[in-house]
Amino acid sequence: MDFLVSHFAEILFYILAALAVLGSVGVITLKNPVNAALSLLGTFFIVAVLFVLQHAEFLAAVQVMVYAGGIMVLFLFVIMLVSVKGLKTQAAFLSPLVPVAIIGAILVGALITSAVLLGVFATGDGGPEALQMVDGAVLGNTEAVGMVLYTKYLVPFEVVSVVLLVAMIGAIVFGRKDRFIEEQEGEVGS
Amino acid sequence: MPEPILQLLLIPLVKIVVLLVVVLLIVAYLTYAERKILGYMQVRLGPNRVGPKGWLQPVADGLKLLVKEDLVPGGAEKLVFIIAPAIVMVPALVMFAVIPFGEPFEVAGMTITPYLADINIALLFILGVSSVGVFGIMLGGWSSNNKFSLMGGLRSAAQMVSYEIPMGFAIISAVLMAGTLSMVGIVEAQRTAGWWFVFPGILGFGIYWICGIAETNRNPFDLPEAEAELVAGFHTEYSGMKFALFYLAEYANMMIVSAMAVVMFLGGWLPPFPNLLAGLWASPALAWIPGVIWFLAKMSFFLFCYIWFRGTFPRYRFDQLMAVGWKWLLPLSLANVMLVGLGVLLLKG
Repeated sequence: MDFLVSHFAEILFYILAALAVLGSVGVITLKNPVNAALSLLGTFFIVAVLFVLQHAEFLAAVQVMVYAGGIMVLFLFVIMLVSVKGLKTQAAFLSPLVPVAIIGAILVGALITSAVLLGVFATGDGGPEALQMVDGAVLGNTEAVGMVLYTKYLVPFEVVSVVLLVAMIGAIVFGRKDRFIEEQEGEVGS
Repeated sequence: MPEPILQLLLIPLVKIVVLLVVVLLIVAYLTYAERKILGYMQVRLGPNRVGPKGWLQPVADGLKLLVKEDLVPGGAEKLVFIIAPAIVMVPALVMFAVIPFGEPFEVAGMTITPYLADINIALLFILGVSSVGVFGIMLGGWSSNNKFSLMGGLRSAAQMVSYEIPMGFAIISAVLMAGTLSMVGIVEAQRTAGWWFVFPGILGFGIYWICGIAETNRNPFDLPEAEAELVAGFHTEYSGMKFALFYLAEYANMMIVSAMAVVMFLGGWLPPFPNLLAGLWASPALAWIPGVIWFLAKMSFFLFCYIWFRGTFPRYRFDQLMAVGWKWLLPLSLANVMLVGLGVLLLKG
């Protein structure tokens, strides 16, 4: 009982980590794309809980907000582009997964190695406490993230937002192209 | 009994039970109030057979839905079909955990807070959890294997994704004025400011309220269940208790949107002008009324507005809905954030 109480956070972490891995395996193995997307949603949710365990509440909330919206759009695409009846007869496409699995294994290996090398598990500069501090005062995670984002990492932040804007405009241009041409042709015709 | 167990386990448990019971009771009687008020607006009586003046009507409805046959359509995606109502209902109830209903009070030497949790990301928490609720509607519509349900679910998804953005910006304007994301902190900021945020933030309040109605799929934004076009929208194939869960979640979400409007713009549990009236005769009279009553009274006003709008406005067409959301509310809410930001900068900086 004492062990349970004193190691509660760690035990919770291992259970949640196992669930997250299970969920992500579900994403790539479930045949029905809607179930796969649901599994993805569950995985993101568990990752959000992991953030809470690390006292990164702001990240947790944003994780749920952003990815819930993102997966919603994914759902829409699945529903609009794939018919439900066609799904049930579809066979699993295992063979293309083999090279992907190899690449994945290499990436996971690299990730674990770097995690061990960087000593993520040791509390230090990047530990949970640092996520609550602004100029040495404990204010909370939201303030800390805001301070770091708008002072130390201001330039990368702005660059990323410009890149995202470019991607957005690109998508709009591609999406509107046909309609635009049709309208112009219609004007010429009339 | 040792103190920590009482503090950590028993009190929160009691609070959770009380909260759930009260919320579900209000939700049940909200359906009664809606039928009654709509009845009077349409010059008829509304439910009046079960119990005196029909007071037991919600109980009868609940019992009826409990014993009704629970159908699952033949072509339905069974697992998703069954969990969809739960995905809608659970977030709707979870959000009540961070709503502050009143100020802390003392019972037997212990300070009791009339809210479950005061977390420093309460507003983000509500936004995040509410976006999960949309999935239930979408999945319910999709898994029913019925084109009306699917259309209803798709409409709901499109509508909620669109109106979430101006709503987020309206919430940001309140956060700018308060300087915190905690619900209790926002109410306390209004006490220090001396007025409710609805006065400096009237534009943000309006945008929030319109988007809130759209987010709960209520008239005039109830296109996902437009009966003339879609039978009953996403819940066409649902019967019995599963239907009841969708129905109750809608009313619970209405309560959440109203409660958030009260907390962010109408001073939560505070009486009007808490500081300005301090020396006047009205102050002791207003302060004598407990905070919880203030809170519930303000919330009831918004809930009444919901029903009022349903009795008054015609439904939007879908292209009008999108035009209002993207061409009006989104630019307005962006301008509002800049305006409020400028105001805060000038006044505080």
